Amino acid sequence: MIKTDTLIIGAGPVGLFCVHQLGIIGLTCEVVDNLDKIGGQCIELYPDKPIYDIPAIPECTGEELTNNLLEQIKTFKTNFHLNERVEEIKQDEKKWLIKTNKGTQFETSSIIIAAGVGSFEPRKFSTKEIEKYEGKKILYSVKDKKIFKDKTVTIFGGGDSALDWAIELSNTSKVILVHRRDDFRGMQASIDKVNQLKEEGKIEIYTKYQLDSVEGDNKIESINIKHDDESIKEIKTDYVLGFFGLIMKLGPIAEWGLNLDKKTIPVNTENFETNKKGIFAIGDICSYPGKLKLILSGFHEGALAARGCFKYAKPDEKYRFEFTTSSKIVKSRLGIKE
Amino acid sequence: MPKITYLENNGNSKTIDVSNGLTVMEGAVQNDIQGIDADCGGGMACATCHVYVNEEWFDKLPKKEDGEEDMLDMAFEPKKNSRLSCQLIVSDELDGLIVSIPSKQG
Repeated sequence: MIKTDTLIIGAGPVGLFCVHQLGIIGLTCEVVDNLDKIGGQCIELYPDKPIYDIPAIPECTGEELTNNLLEQIKTFKTNFHLNERVEEIKQDEKKWLIKTNKGTQFETSSIIIAAGVGSFEPRKFSTKEIEKYEGKKILYSVKDKKIFKDKTVTIFGGGDSALDWAIELSNTSKVILVHRRDDFRGMQASIDKVNQLKEEGKIEIYTKYQLDSVEGDNKIESINIKHDDESIKEIKTDYVLGFFGLIMKLGPIAEWGLNLDKKTIPVNTENFETNKKGIFAIGDICSYPGKLKLILSGFHEGALAARGCFKYAKPDEKYRFEFTTSSKIVKSRLGIKE
Repeated sequence: MPKITYLENNGNSKTIDVSNGLTVMEGAVQNDIQGIDADCGGGMACATCHVYVNEEWFDKLPKKEDGEEDMLDMAFEPKKNSRLSCQLIVSDELDGLIVSIPSKQG
């Protein structure tokens, strides 16, 4: 059981700056994020796209913004629990007990939800009755590539994940690559490599096809793929891999008894607390009259939510407002020596 | 003001006056049309504002940019007449446009 003053859900820019705001008022925090890296949408959706509306930063990419925020909070040596999703929260007197899908447990006096539009999860096939194969013969990620050795693997998708795995698995498996259109959107070098492997007869490629149906009981016997012109082709395969990118899902947050408005959590604008005492929501996931889904608004929301957490973490102390420019104690928390 | 017709996946048809300059996505979100999520807010980064454009309209629309076709790879059940509604900017030329909303967005 990890004890902390505050648990932040979401390691996007808003969660990261909130770490800073908690740190300078002397509160500890731990951060959980379902992605395998820090940065949220900035890293997952647009690492290379320039952002022009961060105050005092005329232009920066999602990746640069994330790196700068990490630099700004380095001194607090925050623990990040990546690849983990908070599943359960439970109130125990004045504490919140929290459990992730990996079994990590936290005890905290407050929770700050900075989860954007929810957690990123793989997009799945839309074909009906596919669930019974998912996780066994139909997969959306590769954990152990050895299971594919000497088997036939059919890969769906047109981006880098699909191309990279097609190339990699073609060494030890029979690989069939299926994509909904002729153009692949991965790196040119990967596209060239895949075409070369096709020439050499090591990869079969079917374009303008999508998955239509799966035959077989528990094991897949074969799959049917459907062309744009509605014709069907049968493929014998052992495994099916789908790489359609990630989608954002609210996930377990919807089950914690929080008021919800569509996919957002209503908060008060004094400290961004939700209808549950000790649970705050900031960034894209919160809503209030006039809400703007901007990173800069999330920074403001995080600053106020951090102060809101103070009374739960230190009920016997009074919070005092201090500036980083003048307060010795804040400077010492930032590790600045004078 | 141009009229845009949204065919929701529950069978409802809603015709909305949408101001010039807004996107078809914004017209939907601002008028509580069901089934257009627009998670990324119009940044062409998520494919959750996916719509099917009525056949007779598809060729009249401005062509897709590269990034839109790439994002459509990730949409739920993309078809030949798929578009991202955040990339369709409403103008007088689009008056009468009909779009169908997929059964889900992801």
